[in-house]
Amino acid sequence: MLDVVETAKTVRLALLGAPNCGKTSLFNALTGGRAKVANYPGVTVEYRKGEFDLPNSQAVELLDLPGVYGDCGHSMDERVAIDAVRGNLEGERQPDALIFMMDASHITTHLHNVLQAKNYGLPVVLVLNMMDMAARDGIDIDIQQLEAVLGIPVISCVAVRSSGRAHLLDFLSEWTGDVLHGSAALPEPEPLTLKDLQAKARTITGGAVSRIQQAETSTQRIDKIVLHPVMGLLLLLTILFVMFQAVYTWSGPAMSIIEGGIGLLQTAVTAITPDNWVRSLISDGIIAGVGSVIIFLPQIIILFAFILLLEASGYMARAAFLVDTLMAKVGLNGRAFIPLLSSFACAIPGIMAARTIEQERDRLTTILIAPLMTCAARWPVYFLIIGAFIPAKKIGIFSQQGLVAFGLVIVGIVFAMIMAFSFKRTLMKGGKSTLLIELPSYKAPVIKDYLRGLWDRAMIFISRAGRIIMPASVAIWFLASYPANATGIAQTFAGKIGSVIEPLLKPIGFNLEIAISLIPAMAAREVAVSSLATIYALNDTQTDALSGIIAADWTFPTALAFLAWFVFAPQCLSTFAIIKKETNGWKWPLFAFGYLFVLAYAAAGLTYHMARAFGL
Amino acid sequence: MTLRDLDKNIPARVTGFADNNDDLVTRLREIGFAEGDSVEALHFGLFGRNPLSVRLNGALIAMRKAEADAVLIELINA
Repeated sequence: MLDVVETAKTVRLALLGAPNCGKTSLFNALTGGRAKVANYPGVTVEYRKGEFDLPNSQAVELLDLPGVYGDCGHSMDERVAIDAVRGNLEGERQPDALIFMMDASHITTHLHNVLQAKNYGLPVVLVLNMMDMAARDGIDIDIQQLEAVLGIPVISCVAVRSSGRAHLLDFLSEWTGDVLHGSAALPEPEPLTLKDLQAKARTITGGAVSRIQQAETSTQRIDKIVLHPVMGLLLLLTILFVMFQAVYTWSGPAMSIIEGGIGLLQTAVTAITPDNWVRSLISDGIIAGVGSVIIFLPQIIILFAFILLLEASGYMARAAFLVDTLMAKVGLNGRAFIPLLSSFACAIPGIMAARTIEQERDRLTTILIAPLMTCAARWPVYFLIIGAFIPAKKIGIFSQQGLVAFGLVIVGIVFAMIMAFSFKRTLMKGGKSTLLIELPSYKAPVIKDYLRGLWDRAMIFISRAGRIIMPASVAIWFLASYPANATGIAQTFAGKIGSVIEPLLKPIGFNLEIAISLIPAMAAREVAVSSLATIYALNDTQTDALSGIIAADWTFPTALAFLAWFVFAPQCLSTFAIIKKETNGWKWPLFAFGYLFVLAYAAAGLTYHMARAFGL
Repeated sequence: MTLRDLDKNIPARVTGFADNNDDLVTRLREIGFAEGDSVEALHFGLFGRNPLSVRLNGALIAMRKAEADAVLIELINA
């Protein structure tokens, strides 16, 4: 009877180790979890929990912690990891035991970290991951000898292959039983200074690890080009450029299919509904609104296909190295590049990833400029306006539309740098920026994790359409349809609300429809597109695609001003909410909104009037 | 000399650390630098050799000159 109670108990294990040693890969493989895997320092900015059963049906709760080198906690994410292990994390029980993971190729450099981990007072197992790669690089590790001198169990592992995890699972089946019974050996503490720990670790690896001097590894060969000061930067620019070109040139066929589907749906609705408000709500409100954003799904998928590949392959940290010169010029931390790159997907994970930055001033500066990176929610706006106003012709081999999109992204980056430069010289004065990161070996992405990441991104995009864009479309449909006797948009509720802010926006070339669409776009930037779709669907008799209507209705300067506004886009309440959370107060989110609004207004106005002056 | 003076592809050995920045030295040690380790500068940034990346026991570490300045080295063949 007692045994039944014991096996029903869940054992709580924490994955600890340096960045890029494969903790999240193992976590995903064991739990089927959805924690993000990426191959650059600082991607797991929060810990994640998952559950799975061992082969002997022992239930395990697994914590995936941010990568950490020592036990000091220099940055916010490192402190999360160490607090979790020490049981200082609010609302979380201390883990029962630690799985200390280490990239086997880096055992010489990192072994002292496992000696430190022996001081936490918890049972520890050392898992040497990527043993296959280590063997290929000529590193031979004597596991038995290592176990004997370390005084803790040592398991070899290849986390990304099920055969490579079998040994670990067998070990855990037995070990977790001991842990729950309190009979697992507690490691002998190592009360030494860091210097002495390193000396001890080097002695241990000197005996248990032999290294056959290899010719160059493939990573070194690749890095000769990728990290070359000139060729490397050219390569980085080329990659970014190809990425934005691909987003345009590859997405066409898929977009046509979706557009056709939306048209069919509207025809079907017209056929089965009577000509009254129900038809209008479904066809002009929901389908036109949601459809106008969903149509950009192929482009979002292509964009993320590139970003996730760059993350998983190990290229991101190298990009950080390459642009560090520029980052240093504006006074920023080299590490800021990684949160800023994530912000191209969405500013929210980007702002959270800024936790890896050790200096508080640098972290704040990075948070403030993250919304200037071109996030996925801006793409529907860019795609719409570019599609409507920029001819789809080629300049040489390049798509002209892709060039304009690339240009808008560059403008965002340039302004981010200018703002960082100004903030660092005024509000965030003082303090020194540093760069100290490990550049991981190149890895082929785990296809399953890669596809799951891509799937997750697509689902986030689609579910936003359901959660945010659909209600917003319905609301806009109502406001733009009633009162029923309104003739023209100006007399509707929406028109009346919009006319309140229209005077403010008229000087920068915005019309009433734009003024209306910008209000719900506070919920999410792409709602500007769905709102325009609904407004025009209600008021235009022809059933053209939105881009066609806009091309006919807007002047070119207005379209350019609208694009300029969205480079800065003081929108997206979620972004300001996360800034408030990460900075513990209202000061910085309000400041961010203020400076983005001023920039957006000035840029749109300047663009509008210059375009008119040039007779465009 | 310090790591910031090290030319490309010249093998060197870590002899110690600068004693004026304990926090930085802790971070350098934690990421893997220790007395006696061999290091080699492999890549430099576009301007003024900043940042630089060095090979350390099979790992590749990127840093700025300011960080490299805290790592004392000697040339192996000197």
